[in-house]
Amino acid sequence: MPEIRITVNGEPQEVEQGTTLAALIERLGLAGQPCAAEVNKALVPKRDHPSRELAEGDTVELVTLVGGG
Amino acid sequence: MTSAKTSSPPAAEPGLDPLALAGRTWNSRLIVGTGKYESYETMQQALDASGAEVVTVAVRRERLINKEGRSLLEFIDTDRYTILPNTAGCFSAEDAVRVARLGREILEQLNNPGAGWVKVEVLHDKKTLLPDPVGTIEATKELVADGFKVLAYTSDDPASAVKIKEAGATSVMPAGSPIGSGQGVLNRNNILLCLELLKEGDAAYPVIVDAGVGSASDVSVAMEIGADGVLLNTAIAHAKDPVMMAHAMRHACIAGRQSYLAGRIPKRLYATASSPWEGAISYIPGE
Repeated sequence: MPEIRITVNGEPQEVEQGTTLAALIERLGLAGQPCAAEVNKALVPKRDHPSRELAEGDTVELVTLVGGG
Repeated sequence: MTSAKTSSPPAAEPGLDPLALAGRTWNSRLIVGTGKYESYETMQQALDASGAEVVTVAVRRERLINKEGRSLLEFIDTDRYTILPNTAGCFSAEDAVRVARLGREILEQLNNPGAGWVKVEVLHDKKTLLPDPVGTIEATKELVADGFKVLAYTSDDPASAVKIKEAGATSVMPAGSPIGSGQGVLNRNNILLCLELLKEGDAAYPVIVDAGVGSASDVSVAMEIGADGVLLNTAIAHAKDPVMMAHAMRHACIAGRQSYLAGRIPKRLYATASSPWEGAISYIPGE
């Protein structure tokens, strides 16, 4: 499968074409954890993760909750 | 025979009226942050000791490499605490809106009632962490339109406070002094003006003093001048004994509220004796 270049949390990554957001999250070991995702600055709700295919040049943010005031 | 000296133990302690905020009532008027603790264990004990029902959190990138084994959420009982996500670290309305939506998404996954609200922070600069009032108003409008209940961090400027309320904020939260500075309520007059203007014709509008608390007395000062609640983090997290300080903050908040409700005496220039002059056997100068 050809690879596409994306950015995840500021770092360049290469993933197979057709990789979904859910597959990326799984690959990064974050499945099953509270985690919210954005693609190109737009929130992608969890229910849409399995159907959202990533495209060349996509910028993905995967966030969680940390201590804060 | 009954004597006037006899008194029954006090009934329920007065002045513990609940706080009505964001469509719910809360027994504690203290909201505490979860940042800057030396360990999650200490945080957990401090949250418990503070009596808070609402705790704030931040939204940050997942660490993809060198992941630490433990996460904040393992140490916060999401059935006990309502989580208030913040937009700390945002310097534009656009980013604050993004972060608010991400926070809501996580809280929905956790089934936490905090999914409906957000503490909006749109900062002006990293050094002062003072708010950008224009960005705060923009973010508030957009998030309110998106169904959020917005609790907005702002400065103690009464005019911006009113504009933020007009933008639809559920609560305006003026800072006592800069975030983490520990200077307490620096301009009591401005906080009083914020309270007066925000509550004009709308006495129940919740105003929470957010930021700047250094010690327990700062919480009491904010509460006894009429704030509905206080939000703080560093004063507990960085105290020498955070758990002890959390207890102190809980008492200070209650004491301040009771002092406000009880009504303070006016300040006077001269002394007024507490013991009667009549019947004094001593020589009294001037008599």
